[in-house]
Amino acid sequence: MKKFFNSEDLENYRKEVREKASRFSTLITVCQGGCKAFGSEEILERLSSEVRERRLNKKVLVKMAGCHGFCERGPLVLIFPKGIFYGRVTVKDVPEIVEETIVKNRLVDRLLVHSPKDKEKIPLIDQIPFYKRQMRLVLKHNGRINPESLDDYLEVGGYSALAKALNRKPGDIINEVKISGLRGRGGAGFPTGLKWELTARAIGDTKYIICNADEGDPGAFMDRSVLEGNPHSVLEGMIIGGYAIGANEGYIYVRAEYPLAIERLRIAVEKCEATGILGENILGSGFSFSVKIKEGAGAFVCGEETALIASIEGKRGMPRPRPPFPAQSGLWGKPTCINNVETFANIPLIILDGGGEYSKVGAEKSKGTKIFSLTGKVNNTGLVEVPIGTKLRDVIFEIGGGVDKGRTFKAVQTGGPSGGCIPGEYLDLPIDYETLAEVGSIMGSGGMIVLDDKTCMVELTHYFLSFTQNESCGKCTPCRIGTKRCLEILEKITRGEGEEKDLDDLLELAKIIKDTSLCGLGQTAPNPILSTIRYFKDEYETHIKDKKCPAGVCKALIKYYIDEAKCKGCTLCAKNCPVGAIAGEVKKKHMISLDKCIKCGVCLETCKFNAVVVE
Amino acid sequence: MRINLKKLDNILKDRKIERGSKRASSDLIPVLQEAQEAYGHLPHEVLKEVSLRLKVPLSQVYGVVTFYAQFRLSPSGKNLIKVCEGTACHVRGGAAIKKRIEGLLNIKDGETTTDYKFTLETVACVGSCAFSPVMVVNKQYYGKLTSNDVEDILKRYK
Repeated sequence: MKKFFNSEDLENYRKEVREKASRFSTLITVCQGGCKAFGSEEILERLSSEVRERRLNKKVLVKMAGCHGFCERGPLVLIFPKGIFYGRVTVKDVPEIVEETIVKNRLVDRLLVHSPKDKEKIPLIDQIPFYKRQMRLVLKHNGRINPESLDDYLEVGGYSALAKALNRKPGDIINEVKISGLRGRGGAGFPTGLKWELTARAIGDTKYIICNADEGDPGAFMDRSVLEGNPHSVLEGMIIGGYAIGANEGYIYVRAEYPLAIERLRIAVEKCEATGILGENILGSGFSFSVKIKEGAGAFVCGEETALIASIEGKRGMPRPRPPFPAQSGLWGKPTCINNVETFANIPLIILDGGGEYSKVGAEKSKGTKIFSLTGKVNNTGLVEVPIGTKLRDVIFEIGGGVDKGRTFKAVQTGGPSGGCIPGEYLDLPIDYETLAEVGSIMGSGGMIVLDDKTCMVELTHYFLSFTQNESCGKCTPCRIGTKRCLEILEKITRGEGEEKDLDDLLELAKIIKDTSLCGLGQTAPNPILSTIRYFKDEYETHIKDKKCPAGVCKALIKYYIDEAKCKGCTLCAKNCPVGAIAGEVKKKHMISLDKCIKCGVCLETCKFNAVVVE
Repeated sequence: MRINLKKLDNILKDRKIERGSKRASSDLIPVLQEAQEAYGHLPHEVLKEVSLRLKVPLSQVYGVVTFYAQFRLSPSGKNLIKVCEGTACHVRGGAAIKKRIEGLLNIKDGETTTDYKFTLETVACVGSCAFSPVMVVNKQYYGKLTSNDVEDILKRYK
């Protein structure tokens, strides 16, 4: 690979890359992110060979790409420059796509998204409701560039922000970030410029910068998609950060559960090292910087900054009291700045357009966009990037297309195990750090899980507490024992053994855990309890007083039976029952033996005639 | 069974370990990860050797191994099944998937079948929330599962 000794080398090479790319009239990308679970690797292979065999490969470029966000429709095939969106593609569709769309310039209707209202086909990405309301700044190139290619990143202007930054004083860069109003995207929302300034000012020759890619919140995959779809954007932001605070070494701490993100980051780092974007005297600026990738080992608490530092140092990932903050004493006791993946990915945008321009997007106190992973009981699951301050309703109903299977919206869970459930009455709230905190949740790192009337709030709270209790590192008592006690009470309620005083006990415990835990994990662990008792107290009371689970989820409180009028005797439920609890012959009514039934719900799922009833 | 330490030699050989420096222990987790990849789990002999070679007390080595969910002290089956228990999977029926696997293989979370063909683990989130519920067998992801899909998938690995 070519080595860039100064920014001129870089710009000349960029021209070459762009010239090469302009020889192609059509670009086809195939998602190689989450879509891999549905055979997108085979689609890519087949598409490449089809284009080659038909001798179209001089004009048509086929590429792998990262996640484009509309995962619900995966596997995705996108055709540029037109911006045609094909979803739920299978290998069998490939010859037709090439023949019809590439050769004859016609659309393959069945692969298009259809408008939910009038069933009209929507061929182009920008017209699809899922994308229309989004503002994709960080995700702009996701799904379009090959994440394993440095050339692709350079083609779309990559590392020009770095070149620009290296020509300015570190203090100017920090100022620019301060003007932009960027706040940490990991969840707490600390102003990034201020964090950089504190680390830059701290006394010490050696400083470190760390990228926190330990995206542990269950139900969130924004960072995963950014790392897998555009790893260079994160690296670029990190190198600029290193320059601004005076660090020559950086660490990226990625959770081990993201093997593809780790692989793509490794490739990105290697290519940067080979071309001199990382290493000694970057682009002739005199600034040197190297990056190491550290794999996490499966501990949620390592998302907490002091625990993460302990983990990099090779210790148990346990937090320690702050102060001193990492900005004063972090990795190996040196001043250390830790930022989240998405925070870094915003930096090149700020440097290129200027902090003032960047701050034009977003809410009053929180600037820019935020990526959310919209999942749960919603029609359009996927990655959503919107300006901060967008209404919850717009994200869930306009972009997300509303609740799945026509069910009723109950709440939206934000912020993972540290967050809370926001009920329907607050759907018109603008999403930002402060407003979500006011209603008892947090913006968090961007998980957004839609819940419907079939979600039991008590059971969901139990789920979150079993998660935090399990992930509690055990160092401080309120978190270690408090979460356990809360979990026991919740277990009791879901078993139908709840007593009236349980809710008071839960609230009291929650307050103590919140006030006295050592780190963020413990301090926020009671949030799911507090928010569900605040908004769904009646559901707790039905469990406690009437011994009933209105959503039909808590096993001890429900019964399964077969509605004789609806049962056709197809035997499907009996065949699938894992414990043989269903008796009945072909074409005769079936019955569930309540003694044997383990309430797993398989019969409910398999019955095609809605004959299985939960009560 | 005697453990062949040669594989560990190879892992340690390629690393520039800064012995005695403050940073020595920072190699511990990556070395353990590679060792687990090589041996399938972390036998006591390997841990003892790691402790000696990295000059990190054996107590600290065990402290780390037992702290992180990724490390295993006993051998796992040929195929590793990870069932996702993330929030999105949870609200879309992930528990039924796990129940089904447990029923079919007659093992519980964290256990291995007697023929060492399967080990079942639950993970907090694999980040494939848009396809929930999800399970991962070895490196293959399976999404949008119903409990009826499970049997067919497991058959492919028998």
